[in-house]
Amino acid sequence: MLKFTEDHEWLRRDGDEITVGITEHATEQLGDLVFVELPEANITVAKEDEVVVIESVKAASDITAPLDGTITEVNDAIVDNPALVNEDPLEKGWFFKMTLANPAEFDGLLDEDAYKALVE
Amino acid sequence: MTTETLERTPLHALHRDLGARLVPFAGYEMPVQFPAGIMKEHLHTREKAGLFDVSHMGQIRLSSRSGAIEDTARALETLVPADILGLAAGRQRYALFTNDAGGIEDDLMIANHGDALFLVVNAARKAADSAHLTATLSDHCKIEVLEDRALLALQGPAAEDALATQIPAVRDMRFMDSRVLPFGDGRALVSRSGYTGEDGFEVSVPADAAEAFARRLFAHPDVEPIGLGARDSLRLEAGLCLHGQDIDASTTPVSAGLNWAIPKIRRSGGARAGGFPGANVVLSETPALRRTGILPDGRAPVRAGTPLHAEPDGPAIGHVTSGGFGPSCGHPVAMGYVPANLATPGTPLLAQVRGKFLTAATAALPFITPTYKR
Repeated sequence: MLKFTEDHEWLRRDGDEITVGITEHATEQLGDLVFVELPEANITVAKEDEVVVIESVKAASDITAPLDGTITEVNDAIVDNPALVNEDPLEKGWFFKMTLANPAEFDGLLDEDAYKALVE
Repeated sequence: MTTETLERTPLHALHRDLGARLVPFAGYEMPVQFPAGIMKEHLHTREKAGLFDVSHMGQIRLSSRSGAIEDTARALETLVPADILGLAAGRQRYALFTNDAGGIEDDLMIANHGDALFLVVNAARKAADSAHLTATLSDHCKIEVLEDRALLALQGPAAEDALATQIPAVRDMRFMDSRVLPFGDGRALVSRSGYTGEDGFEVSVPADAAEAFARRLFAHPDVEPIGLGARDSLRLEAGLCLHGQDIDASTTPVSAGLNWAIPKIRRSGGARAGGFPGANVVLSETPALRRTGILPDGRAPVRAGTPLHAEPDGPAIGHVTSGGFGPSCGHPVAMGYVPANLATPGTPLLAQVRGKFLTAATAALPFITPTYKR
């Protein structure tokens, strides 16, 4: 099941692990990405912590942790090829995986309809 | 600034039709990019031809009350350290409006159209420039801001072929030629120049004919619309200054590395030495800082405002004035100011980005090889 944040991140739950990326709407707004800096795996993060830096041709942006938890894995493929995020934001262009400090918080995020309403 | 207060160019409706993302720029609502995006637009311009709307820039016609072009040239030379008396009819030159401190109030193009000089100035400076011209030259010259004309830039290796379908005479022009050519019922003011490092043209046409003209150019298979985003990355790779960012009222021509724009005849010992605002500063200074290219080692763009250090525990010794990713270079590129003794290309530097010191080096400009048709 996909959930969304108001900061244009998507979250996909697979057991205890949550995969995080940015939405197609976000990639359209940002334009072509040319640089991605990911966090270390196995670090504890708090909601709103700036964990990822992305840069498009025009500008730098921060991606924040959507919820409290621990980063378990990062997608080095997008560091080598930032364009993957533009080409396939929901699959190959994922940013990191994390486990949540409080898994119930996942359910409080925006569902797809609520996110669509936000960006339309 | 709200959109209600923004001015629109004669191509505004066309931008909308083409799906542009419009942003406020210098008081105008301008396309920052089209659906292709900045990266593709940039590369397309270098490979084929890009059409830019630069109608927000100021177009000024300057003529002398005596009717003699020499009098117009002589008058303008009191404001710019350039050789305007020596500018032949049909030719164009880059110049700088200086202030009394030797700073750069604006950079501009000056063309000799035989009966008058034609000036193209930056959008953000056009009101100040025309006020400056009026305050200083109106006793001897007529200053006409051409509000009823659009300005389009067609840049890239296919620019000549595409523009020649509309104005065949452009094939005979070379770099920095500027001509008044028949165009429909009126006239086009065409220069072979631009702001990308590519061969290309800037074409001034009557505002009411601009959209149809642009649509005819888009009918050429090699021509695509290009926004201000790619215009910025193209000019950065070409090492060209943006006024308000790389040069401004507090930077001098020598510090900015623009002394090539000051010919011998206007320098000390020249036949018409000095005689422009700030000449005593401009002609004698040894500036502490010099503008240089900066090549970051890694993949992280190093942007305007980034402090530059010689060593991590030392003070900032300079700063970046323009920087980003260079799509044709395939890596980040930047320019900025460093102490003159560190401006030699290849000098290592550190750029402080998000608290980290990223390695970089000074580099010769431009980052690409220009393809001007000389």
